[in-house]
Amino acid sequence: MDRVKADTLSGAEIVIRCLQEECVEYVFGYPGGAVLWIYDELFKQDKVKHVLVRHEQGAVHAADGYSRSSQKVGVALVTSGPGVTNAVTGIATAYMDSIPMVVITGQVPTHAIGLDAFQECDTVGITRPIVKHNMLVKDVKDLASAMKKAFHIAKTGRPGPVVIDIPKDVTAATCEFHYPDEVAMRSYNPVRKGHAGQVRKAVQLLLEAKRPMVYTGGGVILSEASKALQDLVQLTGFPCTNTLMGLGAYPATDRQFLGMLGMHGTYEANMAMQHCDVLLAIGARFDDRVIGDPAHFAQNPRKIIHIDIDPSSISKRVKVDVPIVGNIPDVLDDLLKLLRDSRTQDIAAWWKQIEDWRGKDCLRYDRNSRIIKPQFVIEKLYEVTKGEAFVTSDVGQHQMWAAQFYKFDKPRRWINSGGLGTMGFGLPAAMGVQLANAGATVACVTGESSIQMCLQELSTCKQYRLPIKVLNLNNKYMGMVRQWQQFFHGNRYSESYMDALPDFVKLAEGYGHRGVLVEKPSDVEGALRDAFARKNELVFLDFITDQTENVYPMVPGGKGITEMILSEEL
Amino acid sequence: MSRHIISVLVENEAGALSRIAGLFSARGYNIESLTVAPTEDASMSRMTIVTTGSEDVVEQITKQLNKLIEVVKVIDLSEAEHIERELMLIKVRAGQREREDMKRMADIFRGRIIDVSDNTYTIELTGDGAKLDAFIRSLDQGAIIETVRTGASGIGRGNRILRV
Repeated sequence: MDRVKADTLSGAEIVIRCLQEECVEYVFGYPGGAVLWIYDELFKQDKVKHVLVRHEQGAVHAADGYSRSSQKVGVALVTSGPGVTNAVTGIATAYMDSIPMVVITGQVPTHAIGLDAFQECDTVGITRPIVKHNMLVKDVKDLASAMKKAFHIAKTGRPGPVVIDIPKDVTAATCEFHYPDEVAMRSYNPVRKGHAGQVRKAVQLLLEAKRPMVYTGGGVILSEASKALQDLVQLTGFPCTNTLMGLGAYPATDRQFLGMLGMHGTYEANMAMQHCDVLLAIGARFDDRVIGDPAHFAQNPRKIIHIDIDPSSISKRVKVDVPIVGNIPDVLDDLLKLLRDSRTQDIAAWWKQIEDWRGKDCLRYDRNSRIIKPQFVIEKLYEVTKGEAFVTSDVGQHQMWAAQFYKFDKPRRWINSGGLGTMGFGLPAAMGVQLANAGATVACVTGESSIQMCLQELSTCKQYRLPIKVLNLNNKYMGMVRQWQQFFHGNRYSESYMDALPDFVKLAEGYGHRGVLVEKPSDVEGALRDAFARKNELVFLDFITDQTENVYPMVPGGKGITEMILSEEL
Repeated sequence: MSRHIISVLVENEAGALSRIAGLFSARGYNIESLTVAPTEDASMSRMTIVTTGSEDVVEQITKQLNKLIEVVKVIDLSEAEHIERELMLIKVRAGQREREDMKRMADIFRGRIIDVSDNTYTIELTGDGAKLDAFIRSLDQGAIIETVRTGASGIGRGNRILRV
């Protein structure tokens, strides 16, 4: 870019130039009236590639999956009014999981704002509670700096989606283009280093711990701290658990890993959480699906160290003894420096206790079933892909089984909607993952209910030749809803049965993909091997699975994390 | 549950007020009153929010406010010595019979009569909330025609300063 001589550009050109300056590779979007000038400029260049989705929700989920699997900022582009309202679910999904994203939305011309114009909605108002920040750009002269700010805010501090709303006349108006090199904001300066005194206090606690526990969440993945976490856990010999959002931050195949914790966490992880004497929480937020009832959690005395970039995540649900606000890799480096010169306690007795808990084998299921067990499909998926796949999921039982049975050894390989729990996320997210990781193996684990919520994106997959493997765990139920109804609503399966399902094989074929029906356990592995051997084809595998299978262990909503329902108790 | 008075310096940008008000409603925090106007630096506004909540909730309120991109600084004034003032304009019946009494009452409370008609006075009164409440209580309730209050503005005492 020529930074010396400023060009006079239209707002639409400025948008594209800013995307180029930010090295944006893909924009996921859908055109419409208010963004026609922007699409016109997209057409005239080939640096920024556009991916045409079939529904705006798909655009935002795809940008989200792109970001989660690559660390880059995801970018979506939608038109005003319904374009925005369709995108809302995607934006809220990204917000709940702190995904860096810039969503560019068209708006009616400035002179029409507030007049109930065609395809007008109050985008800034509608998206305000589900974004890290948003702005309406009313003057083309503010556009370049707004774009710069949007990317800066999205990816720094605790990341999140930023919406930038641009009226149509602003995209047509012209001004001199300068892309700022830096952003200086007096109101926004995320910290990096943790407070040294707090770090020392934390080290002191860790050195005294007889029953230590390391509990980490999505923050470790978002801040690229997996290496530092592994160093810390290896150095100390402490046990480690990851949340649903944090899977892959610590290698699941390592002995020190206790599995996921929480509502569907392992027995050993939940027991160790409850009974530890020092808890090191990193980039996690003690949410209701993780620690259940905070009063129950507080019954066991323990000292808690909490490292997080966001002060509001600290002492929100659980009182913390040593809060450390900072960028996780920086704080872990400081911790490691001090820990390397010290000796931790002998925790052999604690490990013996943990191994006893592990002996429960809480994830066991009937391997001799004549009906396909969903857990079996995930285990085979793990084997066939050698644990190297990127796995996206939708929301429900299949999501939990994927989280429990696919052993993620690397960060950014497990892509799911943890916070908002958005059905329909898996397939479009997989598109973003595949585009960010060309040539990589991408599996979308879904269910017959979730997949139908963004099914239209099969068409996008065809257009862009995305060889995703869709594993549809088809039990003809909204399985998690059915499970709750079985446990807590007297087996009254109100509206959770999926009747009149399509023939998924024909459906996949209708979109130009390969569809395979798998009905017998003995066919599972072969079908998976065949599918994953097809490097250039999307294969939709429809597994007819056990309708009555439940996810265990389970902590009922509002209960303490050790109040687990285990499979044998039923 | 206790009363807190929170001062916020915020970028004077469109939408900042609704962002803050929206935060309170979305997270279920109370707002007793909220006042806002630009500071000596017109690019920045200062807001005074009176809220009630437990210590934990108020801690979350200040953290969540700080998290908003446009918020520059937040302090909980009620953590230390501070002054708060509220302005009230109150229109009262003041016919021939009540005029003298009403004037005297306004004087006692150091209020000023700023508008007079044949049968009304409009009194301007400044003070903390309790003083304004006391004034209202001391009047014959039938004499009150209209009241408008600004909500509290607050500032720290002495060297306790909130600025950029």
